[in-house]
Amino acid sequence: MKLPGVSEFSWRDVATEARLLLIGIPVFLWTMIPIYHMFLFAISPKEDAFSGKLWPDHPTLHNFEIVFKQQHYFLRDFYVQFWNSVVIAAAVGALTLVVATAAAFSISRLKVPGGRVVLNLALFTYFIPAAFLAVPMYRTMGNYGLLNNHWSLILAMVTIASPYAIWVLKQASDKLPVELDEAAVMDGATTLQIFRLVYLPLMMPSLVAIGTYAVLLAWNEYLYAFLLLSNDQDITLPVALGNFLSADDSPWELLMTTGFIYALPPAAVYYAFRRYMVGGLTAGAVKS
Amino acid sequence: MAITLSGDQAVPAPPLSSRLTPAQVWGIVLLAPYLLVFLAFVVYPVSYGLWLARHPASYVELYNDPVFARAAINTLIFLVIGINIKMLIALVLSGFFAQQRTWIKWLSVIFILPWAVPSIPTILSVRFMLNPEWGMVNHFIFTFTGDDGPNWLNDPTIALTMAIAVHIWKSLPFWTLILITGRLAIPHDLFEAAEVDGASWWQKFRFITWPSMQTLYVTCTLLSMIWTLGDFNSVYLLTGGGPADLTHVLSTLGIRYLRLDQLSLAMASIVCAMPFVLPLVYFMMKRLSR
Repeated sequence: MKLPGVSEFSWRDVATEARLLLIGIPVFLWTMIPIYHMFLFAISPKEDAFSGKLWPDHPTLHNFEIVFKQQHYFLRDFYVQFWNSVVIAAAVGALTLVVATAAAFSISRLKVPGGRVVLNLALFTYFIPAAFLAVPMYRTMGNYGLLNNHWSLILAMVTIASPYAIWVLKQASDKLPVELDEAAVMDGATTLQIFRLVYLPLMMPSLVAIGTYAVLLAWNEYLYAFLLLSNDQDITLPVALGNFLSADDSPWELLMTTGFIYALPPAAVYYAFRRYMVGGLTAGAVKS
Repeated sequence: MAITLSGDQAVPAPPLSSRLTPAQVWGIVLLAPYLLVFLAFVVYPVSYGLWLARHPASYVELYNDPVFARAAINTLIFLVIGINIKMLIALVLSGFFAQQRTWIKWLSVIFILPWAVPSIPTILSVRFMLNPEWGMVNHFIFTFTGDDGPNWLNDPTIALTMAIAVHIWKSLPFWTLILITGRLAIPHDLFEAAEVDGASWWQKFRFITWPSMQTLYVTCTLLSMIWTLGDFNSVYLLTGGGPADLTHVLSTLGIRYLRLDQLSLAMASIVCAMPFVLPLVYFMMKRLSR
């Protein structure tokens, strides 16, 4: 038994700690090096960035200034592209929530006939590898006349985000006691009132998790954005970053600075909603 | 509305609204948006794609394209070697992160970053690090050994290995997180009892941890395989399929044909992956919808 105020020192503990550090230090380096390298480029003048130094001799925010003032050929449409990313991510988050919440409520609470089949179809979509669906999806968007239109990317991302969203929301909704709905019906509530006044408030934590998931998915998407949008004014930030590479003398320090700015919002959103995400998403991902 | 059975014997069917309760009508209305999305952006594209891939000539052409054979082999290497290495590391790390230490908690918060941040800037960052002339990696090799490092992305074997490493970097946190959840679900008194009996850490792993996590581990491995088939970024952003189209995997190959306007080849290359994908999907659906 441990007495308060008396620290027990033993060589065994030190050895355990050392062994853990032997894993912890490589894990830290492995995780951080690519991210640190990106940051290092963002704060380095061009000469320093290419010299392989671990810290620039003259750290500077000049690269950020160039990006924010759009002072480079590749950055002419930075704000438009940033805004495109914001609008598309927000639209995908909102639409996925509407579509998936309605479907989950219908399948889980209203026990709609054929609901089970729809859920299985949705699960099937969830398992189609994204890059495989992209090929026919690209042509389909062409057939619908939606290429180079933000709706093509929004609808494609809603298609990809919905199955998982429905799955997670259905799991969460099955856990709500059926007596709640029954009591509301006894009080004379209509189906829509149950949905709005009973169901939605109770589902809030899962809705936050799913909304965040859909927003991050859309914000981070590269392949579909790159296939479906092409005009400089229409593309999202990741596509713009990819286009940097087309030049022979790509301004890497600006590429990394823009990339760093682009990576900040998802990291911030993730940490803000981490509590909801980890519980809500991992529980649905794999039923153990 | 009436259903005519035969001749003059007409049996009026009850109107739709009386057969369905209001709740069921709402059920159908609320399910409709997803059904529309599913029909317009899954059923139609997939059927259309399969229709485009219907000519046997496409498969002959695919078979004769050396890039396809190479991409198929690369995909297998990715799936069989890459995924198993990743899942083994995730299993080990899930044990590490399950330890109760303040600094390990902090490390786990940082560890999740690769999963949370977008692929493109981080993978491009790795790409620059591996640049033979200007990259940080060869700079270090030169500083410590005085030799020039390898030309990382110009040798197909090394380039593919690096693409697998990037894939692991990106998706390891997610699988580790899932396996930690699995580990924490094991009742703690099992370990306490084993400790009383003087079990070694290996015995504890062998007889308690592994049996309780085996199912989860296999499910995760299979799911990871399906998703890795759809991972376009790790290869495309790091190597672009190069050098000389030798590091393509099926997902980048499909997009390559698409960009070359050879849509039937693009679809055919995906159809060729179906014998691998469908059993995995079937198995996953059985597991999840139990």
